[in-house]
Amino acid sequence: MSATGIGAAVRRKEDFRFITGKGQYVDDVVRPGETRAVFVRSPHARAKIKSIDVSAARKMPGVIDVLTGADLANDKIGGLICGWMIHSKDGTPMKMAPHPALAATTVNHVGDAVAVVIAATVAQGKDAAEKVKVDYEVLAAVVDPAKAKSGPQIHEIAAKNTIYEWSLGDSKATDTAFANAKHVTKLDIVNNRLAPNAMEPRAALAEYDSGTDQLTLWNTTQNPHVARLVISAFVGIAPEHKLRVIAPDVGGGFGSKIFIYPEEVVCLWASRKVRRPVKWTSDRSEAFVTDAHGRDHVTHAELALDANGKILALRAHTIANLGAYMSTFSSSVPTYLYATLLSGQYDIPQIYCEVDAVYTNTVPVDAYRGAGRPEATFVVERLVEVAARELGLDPAELRKRNFVKSFPHQTPVIMAYDAGDYGASLKKAMELADVKGFSKRKREAARHGKLRGLGYSTYIEACGIAPSQAVGSLGAGVGLWESAEVRVNPTGSVEVLTGTHAHGQGHETTFAQLVSERLGIPFDSVSIVHGDTDKVQFGMGTYGSRSGAVGMSAIVKALDKVEAKAKKVAGFMMEAAEGDIEFKDGKFTVKGTDKSVGWGDVALNAYIAHKFTGAELEPGLKETSFYDPTNFTFPAGCHIAEVEIDIETGKTEIVNWTAVDDFGTVINPMIVEGQVHGGIAQGVGQAMLEGVVYDKEGQLVTGSMMDYTMPRAHDLPSFKVETTETRAPSNPLGIKGCGEAGAIAAPAAVINAITDAIGTEQIAMPATANAVWAALSRATPRAAA
Amino acid sequence: MYNFTFHRPTTVRQAAGLLSRNPEGKILAGGQSLLPVMKQRLASPSALVDLALVEGMTGVELKGRSVVIGAMTRHADVANSTVLQEAMPGLAAVPGAVGDPQVRNRGTIGGSIANNDPNADYPAACLGLGATIITNKRRIAADDFFTGMFSTALEDGEIITKVSFPIAKKCAYEKFKHPASGFALVGVFVSKRGPDIRVAVTGAGSNGVFRVKTFEEALKKRFAAKSIEGLTIPATGMNEDIHASAEYRAHLVGVLARRALAKANA
Repeated sequence: MSATGIGAAVRRKEDFRFITGKGQYVDDVVRPGETRAVFVRSPHARAKIKSIDVSAARKMPGVIDVLTGADLANDKIGGLICGWMIHSKDGTPMKMAPHPALAATTVNHVGDAVAVVIAATVAQGKDAAEKVKVDYEVLAAVVDPAKAKSGPQIHEIAAKNTIYEWSLGDSKATDTAFANAKHVTKLDIVNNRLAPNAMEPRAALAEYDSGTDQLTLWNTTQNPHVARLVISAFVGIAPEHKLRVIAPDVGGGFGSKIFIYPEEVVCLWASRKVRRPVKWTSDRSEAFVTDAHGRDHVTHAELALDANGKILALRAHTIANLGAYMSTFSSSVPTYLYATLLSGQYDIPQIYCEVDAVYTNTVPVDAYRGAGRPEATFVVERLVEVAARELGLDPAELRKRNFVKSFPHQTPVIMAYDAGDYGASLKKAMELADVKGFSKRKREAARHGKLRGLGYSTYIEACGIAPSQAVGSLGAGVGLWESAEVRVNPTGSVEVLTGTHAHGQGHETTFAQLVSERLGIPFDSVSIVHGDTDKVQFGMGTYGSRSGAVGMSAIVKALDKVEAKAKKVAGFMMEAAEGDIEFKDGKFTVKGTDKSVGWGDVALNAYIAHKFTGAELEPGLKETSFYDPTNFTFPAGCHIAEVEIDIETGKTEIVNWTAVDDFGTVINPMIVEGQVHGGIAQGVGQAMLEGVVYDKEGQLVTGSMMDYTMPRAHDLPSFKVETTETRAPSNPLGIKGCGEAGAIAAPAAVINAITDAIGTEQIAMPATANAVWAALSRATPRAAA
Repeated sequence: MYNFTFHRPTTVRQAAGLLSRNPEGKILAGGQSLLPVMKQRLASPSALVDLALVEGMTGVELKGRSVVIGAMTRHADVANSTVLQEAMPGLAAVPGAVGDPQVRNRGTIGGSIANNDPNADYPAACLGLGATIITNKRRIAADDFFTGMFSTALEDGEIITKVSFPIAKKCAYEKFKHPASGFALVGVFVSKRGPDIRVAVTGAGSNGVFRVKTFEEALKKRFAAKSIEGLTIPATGMNEDIHASAEYRAHLVGVLARRALAKANA
């Protein structure tokens, strides 16, 4: 391993600019003549728009234009779409309601935009926005997903507010397994709704060039090419070749910046109308009512076991709240990213899952770090833990008895696990967490009036999303390959253009490590280029922990091609047959001789082309690859949380956290550890702190950081993070992906630990001090007894 | 934020004059509560009268058997005052528990008291020590000062200049932080100064800071946690929101009072 190659904990290249304030985010981009967009948003969860009067707003100082949904419709601008088709059990397609970028007839959630003011400054825009008179007829809102089917119908297309009633698995065989079971564990679970809260709020800057009829959009997006495709093909703003999307530095996404939102569409449309650049930067209050939320499942789940604690079957019924409109990938999250993972790390013969997706008058819900897999893991890992407690078995032992131990393993819910060693990560985690010493620590805590609990989460996820043919057969509107272009410059330095996008992941470092190792050139001679549709060939972006497994594999394939061509060039330079050239550590050698040429010489010769004719070889050294994986990857591992609870206040402190993850090949252990830390923080946030709350009228109660509790450093312990390794067989580097693991594993570990401590399973997320205290008041604590 | 005129007087007199000429104006005394609501356009003062340059409004001084704190003294400066840490560490802990480092380095004692946020920390200390709030017009006892949620005995244009805290031999503050905002979900300040025993609670009451007379009465026998063991306060009149039920807040009052007493006696 070289100091900067694969496996080295290289410091992140990008951090210098980020920590010295040199990052270039959308809001930092300033275009000549720039104007600002300020949106007029609905204060009601559901209302008819009777009329909109913009005349007073138009007269306000600094106002360039005021546009409404009617203007948008007049200009025949299309609505936003959901790009993944799900069919109901009865074969009918999902009920996708129209989602105009500016509402013209009805508003469906607080924050739904009805008009936009284009003004010289934000302050002037806000002043004018207050003068837009909207006459609403307020209608009863649907807020609770569990009651959505009986509520007033939100969209004409969706009777009973139902988007689809979908199922996966064999219902009859599962019921039979349950009928023959010795023991059945049942749980009612609410997977709480979360607000993503990336540090950089969303922003869009659109500029129209009337000379070329070209539109440029600087946008906080995780996938600029997909944004361009949707905005072009479905919204119809401009043909693809007349629209350039740039995602410069982006400050966090966690999924919320995958989607195509109304604001960027409106900025593009408005910039062409007013013939000036139009910028919008969300403020935090706006973010709470417009960024797609995550999770929000209501589930009843059951686990069937035999007398020996062997799992026979699992069944679940989930109501998934998709909010007021179907966001870009919303339909896939509670279906193919959720039910397909309900086998967990276990050999479960039968699984059946039904999912009803519903509309409510709330912000749209879509993928958020983990997307479906945290929900699945929570169901499986809570069921297993509770089953062990009910059967009087050690929860680790019950897990071991049921682990998948031979690979490949076909689950009853589509996924075919290709590699893993679940026993190894559990064993290592138990050692690191000193599970043996737990009972002593528990007694010690009890002496101080504290309850201690230990909780496991042996999770699995499907990442590296994903084989295009597979996702196509499941309804995806796009293929999920990735592309790379490796450009070798005449001086030997290298630019890699990737279709993935980094918004905190450190691709500029890890991708350069791969190239440095492979070509034997200095790490600093490699630049990674991403986030611009005019530069990068095409790409599917970054989400689902796919950039390493899929994005880097594309780079490997392009590097293969570069090496093959470079060998040809070296052959001409050394007058040797191409087949006799060996390439190692940046040097091309003629087999069995001491004749060699260096990387830089070969790069130069590829461009000056003095040693070969055009008929023999094309000049230049630049290769492209589009890589499509053969399977999902299956990162898995074991997280163990240990908590201590203050009996008097219910305040829970996480005192130990152990994470042992199998991410396959690790490129940069420091970055991987950072990803695990961040993921755990978000998972702990979901388990103990975060939760979006709406009141009965559909008003957002948690509309600011004063009420929405984000995890802070003092909420978290120092983590013990280790890895085990089984290579992923489906990609050349053996990478599985690490971005979401923490958020997937953590909630179940926390709740299993808290319920272990308090002796009752009746606690919902977030398990706040008040909730734990109330649960303790209801139950007789085992430890305190 | 709406436009406003910005004034920076250098004397209390000038400040009072500016306030009387700007009836829709507001005092800026750190701005940690005012500026966020202005940014959200929920407040629109025509003028801000910034007291930052007014002389003689900062500092912590020992005066006889009292500690006198200038109204514009920032939380961090009060918390770190060696004078106060020696004279009454139980009071120094109060500003030390406020918000986060940013808030503690901008927010002031006068601003906090004048705002009388029902979840703020200082009102508990003022009421819990029987402080005197000194304005440009008069002296007001803490018992008369806090008149309800976000409401005080201050008249229009009246400016807090100092707060005088009698030194209590035994006092302590125990706070259960609101998980999101960092304000007090419940905060309890206890003190004993001769026969004067006080238990003041912030965060819990739906009408702002209040004293728990039943606890005070029980503590007259002995100023110790044991004296109020088993005593509770009713949940009626407690705040209830998504973060804590009224029952939980009432329960925390008892728990935190006992912990504060243990701390005060430590």
